[in-house]
Amino acid sequence: MAEQTSSIPMTSLQSALPATTQEVATARPTPTEEVAFDIRDFSLWYGLRQALHNVTIQVPAQKVTAIIGPSGCGKSTFLRALNRMHELTPDTRITGSLRLFGQDLYSSVIDPTHVRRRVGMVFQKSNPFPTMSIAENVLAGLRLNGVREGKILRQRLEESLRMAALWDEVKDILGRPGIGLSGGQQQRLCIARALAVQPEVLLMDEPCSALDPLATAKIEELINELRKSYTVIIVTHNMQQAARVSDRTAFFYLGKLIEYDETRTIFMNPANPQTEAYVSGRFG
Amino acid sequence: MPPSSDEPATTARSRPALPVGARWPDAAFRWIALLAALTIAALIVLVGWELYHGARLAVAKFGLHFLVSSTWDPVTDQYGAWPFIFGTLVSSIIALVIAVPLGVATALYLTEIAPVRIRQPIIMTIEMLAAVPSVIFGLWGIFVLIPWLRDHLFRWLQEWLGFLPIFQGRIYGVGMLAGGIIIAIMILPIVTSVSREILRSVPDLQREAAYALGATHWEVIRIAVLSYARRGVFGAAVLGLGRALGETMAVTMVIGNRPEVSASLFAPGYTLASVIANEFTEATTDLYLNSLFELGLVLVAVTMLVNILAQLMLRTLTSGASGKVN
Amino acid sequence: MTPAMTIPLPSPAHQSWRRLKNRAMSVVMLLCALAVIAPLFLVLYYLIREGATALDWSFFTQLPKPTGEVGGGMANAIVGTLVLLAMASLIGVPVGVMGGVYLAEYGSDRANYWIRFAADVLNGVPSIVWGMVVYALLVVPFKTFSAYAGGVALGLMMIPLIMRTTEEVLVLVPQGYREAALALGIARWRIIVVIVIKTALKGIITGVLVALARVAGETAPLLFTALGNNFWARSLGEPIAAMPLQIFSYAISPYDDWHRQAWAGALVLMALILAINISVRVLSRGRNFD
Repeated sequence: MAEQTSSIPMTSLQSALPATTQEVATARPTPTEEVAFDIRDFSLWYGLRQALHNVTIQVPAQKVTAIIGPSGCGKSTFLRALNRMHELTPDTRITGSLRLFGQDLYSSVIDPTHVRRRVGMVFQKSNPFPTMSIAENVLAGLRLNGVREGKILRQRLEESLRMAALWDEVKDILGRPGIGLSGGQQQRLCIARALAVQPEVLLMDEPCSALDPLATAKIEELINELRKSYTVIIVTHNMQQAARVSDRTAFFYLGKLIEYDETRTIFMNPANPQTEAYVSGRFG
Repeated sequence: MPPSSDEPATTARSRPALPVGARWPDAAFRWIALLAALTIAALIVLVGWELYHGARLAVAKFGLHFLVSSTWDPVTDQYGAWPFIFGTLVSSIIALVIAVPLGVATALYLTEIAPVRIRQPIIMTIEMLAAVPSVIFGLWGIFVLIPWLRDHLFRWLQEWLGFLPIFQGRIYGVGMLAGGIIIAIMILPIVTSVSREILRSVPDLQREAAYALGATHWEVIRIAVLSYARRGVFGAAVLGLGRALGETMAVTMVIGNRPEVSASLFAPGYTLASVIANEFTEATTDLYLNSLFELGLVLVAVTMLVNILAQLMLRTLTSGASGKVN
Repeated sequence: MTPAMTIPLPSPAHQSWRRLKNRAMSVVMLLCALAVIAPLFLVLYYLIREGATALDWSFFTQLPKPTGEVGGGMANAIVGTLVLLAMASLIGVPVGVMGGVYLAEYGSDRANYWIRFAADVLNGVPSIVWGMVVYALLVVPFKTFSAYAGGVALGLMMIPLIMRTTEEVLVLVPQGYREAALALGIARWRIIVVIVIKTALKGIITGVLVALARVAGETAPLLFTALGNNFWARSLGEPIAAMPLQIFSYAISPYDDWHRQAWAGALVLMALILAINISVRVLSRGRNFD
């Protein structure tokens, strides 16, 4: 895995980079590509059990990176470490470094709540707040952060719902309870809610696993659009999904990062035999 | 069941048929059990009947006017329930105002904040509190709580908040507020433990949703936990109210036992249960006794209604095989 | 990068306000928890402080002295409480356990739902009402207050309690036990008595003890049934002394010595109830299926 370090953001080159998997010609990231997450030697323990072993990876900005692997391989654990959600479980500790756009997320001066505002998350099962309306759900994060002005809130509400491809469906029923929507709509509501606080990264933990194929397709379409503005990292147990939506794919097994490369490479000719065995369905 | 080669030789057909007479123990046992279970129904009927029967003279004489009349005069044989209804309601509401916030906050502390190791000791302490009999709370109330209230808390309240009518008037120590406080102490265990169950049933996924937006712990509690658990907590409060309404001994010992309706919380009061406890054996006339029975009828009716309401609210939320919320 | 920020980043002042609120609320919740457990310690402290000094041998062996005189004890009340509890158990345990058996082993779902509901409602009936009901039932017809009436009042209170707890533990006995026994051709009633109840016995006893601890401290139902007695009851058809009753009448009396004895009685009663609760905990620790 040849990783290039790029600590200087090159915003002017963003638009020049190919945005879809099909257009990627080479397998190596270009040196001018901006790095969102720079993770080195990152390990995580639940009590005495080590769940992640010395993971080193650089996740590019404004791309979709998929994380695949069999159950229990640590992909969800890894994802949750990116916004410090694993700290909700008692007795966890980490070693190594994890930086987001150059900033150490685990430094002692950083407040975890601040990290979570910059790195948003969508969960496996949609979880809108049942006592809140659709609008209140979307704006929940904004209100928490002290945004009070009605104009900004309304603007943000529409922007987030449009980005989540939900605006047209709910614009007339914003006052209705969030849980009144269908499963797929609820998940898009949760995406809108996460996007409303303008995170820099969006983490998605198997967002479609509880949805039917139609809803899944809608969300995959959405992810395609989101990559233009956000860095997206998606954990999925569905390899076809990973192949469909992502630019890069990381294969985890038993808490270790086995292989990380352009998605095409991972699925067409992976370097590591374990990767090959997994993607060809011989285990998992 | 058709016999197979590896099953024992006995089948439904080949098992020696029990003589008909030998089946009676099964039937008898079932009948005994059924009768036992039906005593519940019998008891409800019994309670209702005895109360109604015991109250009939008063019901006939005073009618519905009984509920709003403030006269309670054994000398002229005139009776009205209003001071006691007032006292029961006010003391119970005071108890709720104190116990529900305290109980919910404690339940939150136990489910969200407390280090795991101190949770069990605190829970056990609260359970022990529930085991203390009412009369012992009353004893402690008379000799420990009342003097302190009279000399400290009530004085302080009158000094700083005396512009409010509820804190005006002569301070005796015993009185409505004292009654409310002691009821509050006694319903804290049930409110806390039911609230704990409700809060524990809030799915972690809800909390995570709030955390992921960058919320602090308290904000998570506010947005994800408390809102979700709103209805259940309300049910816990109603259950506490049901308990509060029926409290007898401790209240009798600290509420002052004067059938007055006053705006001041420091004034003595009287609850339905207390007047029955105090005057039942002194009731000289039939009408007197019947009026006390009618008070009992009112008490049971209100308590049963409140308890049924609480059961209904909580049953739909904490779905367990036993809806027992004792 | 992400689209131009249209929302202001939270100011550092706002962030520290949120952090402060977070800390403050944690402290508030801790204080509330302390406020909730404080009364128990306060009560126990005073019980021990006031009651222990009043306990002596005469307390346990002597009868109350005439009004106003110093000294005497609560021997009759202690015995009276035990007698009443025994009588209450005679009523409450068989009916409660068999009722629980019915709910767990027989009956239809619908009927059982209503019986359970009714039992829960009965559990919420104020205890003084039980006193009134049994007064009308047993005191008026026989024209005397009696230990029987007191025992019945307490026993009736125990029935719904024991019924629910018995049902709960019987339901936990694995269905496989019953099926295996049925397949062997054992009679249904035998299965229930010898296998199911026996397996759940610890739980049933626990439930009975919990109910006993509950009614041991009840005063209100005894006020107009057992009434109380300053002497030994010569028969169960007479009024009988009981600890809660004695504590109550001493506490509201104007005599200091009686106050002292009230504390002593309260300490002994509390000790009895605590003893029952501790044995419940000890028994529960060895439960097999939970």
